[in-house]
Amino acid sequence: MKQSTLIWTLLMVFGGLSLVAIQLYRGKGEVYVREVPVEAKSSLPDSPEQTYRWSTYQQVPEKEKDTPGVSLSLSRTIGLWVAAFCTLAIFSFLYGDNPLYKFTESVFVGVSAAYAMVVAFWTEIVTNLFAKLLPDLARISFFPDMESGTQANWLYLIPLVLSVLLLWRLAPKGNWIARWPLAFFIGATAGIRLISYLETDFIGQIQNTIMPFIVFSADGSLLWIKSMRNTIVIVGVLSCMVYFFFSVEHEGIVKYISRLGIWFLMVTFGASFAYTVMGRIALLSGRLDFLFNNWLGI
Amino acid sequence: MLQFLQTLDRRWIFLLMFIAVAVPLIMGTTFPEKPSDQVLSVFDAVDNLPDGSNVVMAWDYDPASEGELQPMASAFTRHCALKKHNLYFMTLWPQGIPMIQRSIDLLESEYPETYKGKYGTKFVNLGFRAGNEGVIKLVVEDLKKSYSSDIRGTNLDNIPLTKNLKNIQQVDLLCNVSAGYPGSKEWVLYGSSPFDIPTVVGCTGVQAPIMLPYIPQQLTGMLAAIKGAAEYEQAIINHYPELNEIPAAKEGLKRMGPQLVAHVLLISLIALGNVIYFWERKQGTPQ
Repeated sequence: MKQSTLIWTLLMVFGGLSLVAIQLYRGKGEVYVREVPVEAKSSLPDSPEQTYRWSTYQQVPEKEKDTPGVSLSLSRTIGLWVAAFCTLAIFSFLYGDNPLYKFTESVFVGVSAAYAMVVAFWTEIVTNLFAKLLPDLARISFFPDMESGTQANWLYLIPLVLSVLLLWRLAPKGNWIARWPLAFFIGATAGIRLISYLETDFIGQIQNTIMPFIVFSADGSLLWIKSMRNTIVIVGVLSCMVYFFFSVEHEGIVKYISRLGIWFLMVTFGASFAYTVMGRIALLSGRLDFLFNNWLGI
Repeated sequence: MLQFLQTLDRRWIFLLMFIAVAVPLIMGTTFPEKPSDQVLSVFDAVDNLPDGSNVVMAWDYDPASEGELQPMASAFTRHCALKKHNLYFMTLWPQGIPMIQRSIDLLESEYPETYKGKYGTKFVNLGFRAGNEGVIKLVVEDLKKSYSSDIRGTNLDNIPLTKNLKNIQQVDLLCNVSAGYPGSKEWVLYGSSPFDIPTVVGCTGVQAPIMLPYIPQQLTGMLAAIKGAAEYEQAIINHYPELNEIPAAKEGLKRMGPQLVAHVLLISLIALGNVIYFWERKQGTPQ
């Protein structure tokens, strides 16, 4: 075994044992909840009023575990441990690729995809398609709050047909039919985006760049900072545009302006990268905060 | 020494970064924040509205970005709750539903006198709709074409808050917290810019440079990454000092301690890397 691998293995084992020791010693990693009774009355217009009662559970800090009405939530405690295990398993990739990481990554991808699919089915296909085409059946089956006598909106047959045509791709024969709805989606999306980008990103941005080089306040004094900021924006936009203007040779004055444009671009990329680093550190601190605070209770 | 650093196992860097982030978190190290003009414009946009105004809370993020965005989503929610605004929650991300639930839990637990049991009259959860920018395009023109019911399946015509709401051009402010596509950019492209809807956004660091050119003409203000969240929390605490006693209201501020130490470490490593690079060049080592 290489020396560095040995050191890292020892560090990992030590870290793992420390976590278990902290957990056992402090007795944390348990979630306590308080039962909150809920009462609601049915709002169906054509049936007698009924009262429904059920309970929801609100998470409370561990220090309140001995107060009346507070109990240990086994399901949430298991959830907490699974979340902590998954976090550590994903972090283990930093040591090197391993089966634990691969397993957790696959679980994450699978769960996310399944969750998105189920949510989309219930919020889109059931609510926005089924309920529009068969409102009475939808009212009986899923939406008692829907008004009775709602007329079916047959226009929604068009998206239904397009969806079926799209799924035709999976059929052994005639999968070229799927190109029709795809062409419709691409055309519609391009059309919607073209107008918005023209309006907001093209014309809007030109408007935003038309600003005075020198800015004066209401009492006539020069606003240095604002003037400098405006000048930098205008010079930056113009020099970057010159850099991307390839119809003339980048020689003489054009060469110097385009070089200035490169500098502006480099500063932009640097700022962008720095923001990204800040974001990633925030994500790391978020996960560590979860481990230390919610799980270990440090 | 430089030779040792040249062949240093990258996992030592990971360990250093872990320590740099973990130690300030455990110690609870925080630093004072001074809200920038950009953050103050976001604060003013929420605070200058009359109490009980209508605000759309579009939470377009998922648990993967929670570490960066939850503090600002909670800060937005808390600030709106202090102003007793009527809140319309919605998301364009399927995984955004639990994020909305967190904000609702916050409203009901921290501000029970205003929001507890007031579903439909003080806040409503419209839930998720598939369709990305298509949904924005619809809700800004005709809300009920896209959302016929809320997340519970209740018809929007039977909910007091949404009964007379034709589209979201009628709301007083749009708050968006976004982790990517669809998110802040789409809300500006299809909502705030063409229809002049007052909009404030909170976004990840990756998105921030893309959103900056829209301020202030097409976007009222922006909270950029965790720094923006921390400054916003500070701005709220400055105006509502009672929040100083609530640790959850300082999540962003708490995360700035690790940021500072980690950034110092990164800058040191970049400097060290350059020293090694120039030393190698001087030695004539092949790259």
